[in-house]
Amino acid sequence: MTPLLAAVGTAAPPTGALQLLVILFAAALTDNILLTRFLGMCSFLAVSRQMKTSLGLGVAVVFVTTCTAGLNYLVHRYITVPLRIEFLEYIIFIVVIAAFVQLVEMVIERISLPLYFALGIFLPLITVNCAILGVSLFMLNKQGYGFLQCTVFGLGSGLGWMLAIVLMAGIRQRIRLDKVPRGLHGAGLSLIVTGIIALAFVGFSGMVKF
Amino acid sequence: MSWKQSPGGRAFLRNLWTENPVFRQVLGICSTLAVTNLLKNTLIMCLGLIFTAGLSSFTVSLLRRHTPRQVRMMVQVLVIAAYVIVVDITIRAFFPEIHKVIGPYVGLIITNCIIMGRCEAFAAQNPALPSLLDGVGAGLGYTFVLMSIAFVREILGFGTFFGMPLPARELWWHQWTIMVMPPGAFFMLALFTWAANSRAVVPEKQTP
Repeated sequence: MTPLLAAVGTAAPPTGALQLLVILFAAALTDNILLTRFLGMCSFLAVSRQMKTSLGLGVAVVFVTTCTAGLNYLVHRYITVPLRIEFLEYIIFIVVIAAFVQLVEMVIERISLPLYFALGIFLPLITVNCAILGVSLFMLNKQGYGFLQCTVFGLGSGLGWMLAIVLMAGIRQRIRLDKVPRGLHGAGLSLIVTGIIALAFVGFSGMVKF
Repeated sequence: MSWKQSPGGRAFLRNLWTENPVFRQVLGICSTLAVTNLLKNTLIMCLGLIFTAGLSSFTVSLLRRHTPRQVRMMVQVLVIAAYVIVVDITIRAFFPEIHKVIGPYVGLIITNCIIMGRCEAFAAQNPALPSLLDGVGAGLGYTFVLMSIAFVREILGFGTFFGMPLPARELWWHQWTIMVMPPGAFFMLALFTWAANSRAVVPEKQTP
């Protein structure tokens, strides 16, 4: 057995860099945020028509989930828990996300105009993408996650989401001209294809424990 | 003027079927798929959504003359988040075991596009009472779809109805494991969308 599988196979949770790697793969594949947790479906269905835009939105989501997962962990650890205002976390998290997205937009506009125009439309969309808020809420349910673990969890979830939307865009480009029953046009067909992709991802389950 | 002709009544009825938020406008799909394992969880989630949708439309409508255009999204999100916190605390207090299962999804009502959509499309331009009805109507349209899906998924996946076992299920019932798993949710919603769209779409011009 390779060291990775040996460590994963044992009952004791892996530590150090290995644990981060396990979290990354688990979040991206076995616990894919879109296909098993159903988050970020709205923009997934709306944007996955073309490969190029899907890739753009995917990259933006990866970046924003990674950073906001870390930020929201710090907010949780050092602000809401000491002050005993956990019940306000929903409001605080969404404000953090919105503020971060706004900030990123301004910075990108300053630094690189081509990148700004490439990502431009997608950044505001991200504020209402439930995958981002979902990552922040789910990571607090995991036991014993620190700052690094949360950030890696955010990165893995973002990558998983990007993988799903890119797969979907590829398939949708292929089937665009196929004849389907009238009521199935658009959302119905996309949902069936997503279901089949989700079936494939069920095959990953049980590969890593975390 | 009868009740059905008033602006609020019209908005209310439209949201139930012809412009149903889930299968006509494809909004709020995330929670539609995630919580429809069991009827009980679904019902509680839906009540939370009806409450939030109605009252946040109402509040956004009351504030519509005092909100600058540039920050209206932020105001809407904050209003919605405030009501979601109320819902979350209520569920946590009265149904703690259900909260463990659907907890994060309750928080995600904030980013549920149905509520944002109704606030932006209707409440931002209309008086308070029609907006309240519009929000509740969208919530009920959502509830109708979710309960139908949860009904099928719970019976096929667990062999129960609202947690009660079906009569004599050892004799005839066989578990469809896929209905409990995520792909089952996708397939059920796809079938429902298909059926509903085939019925609801009177051959108007369909955009490809």
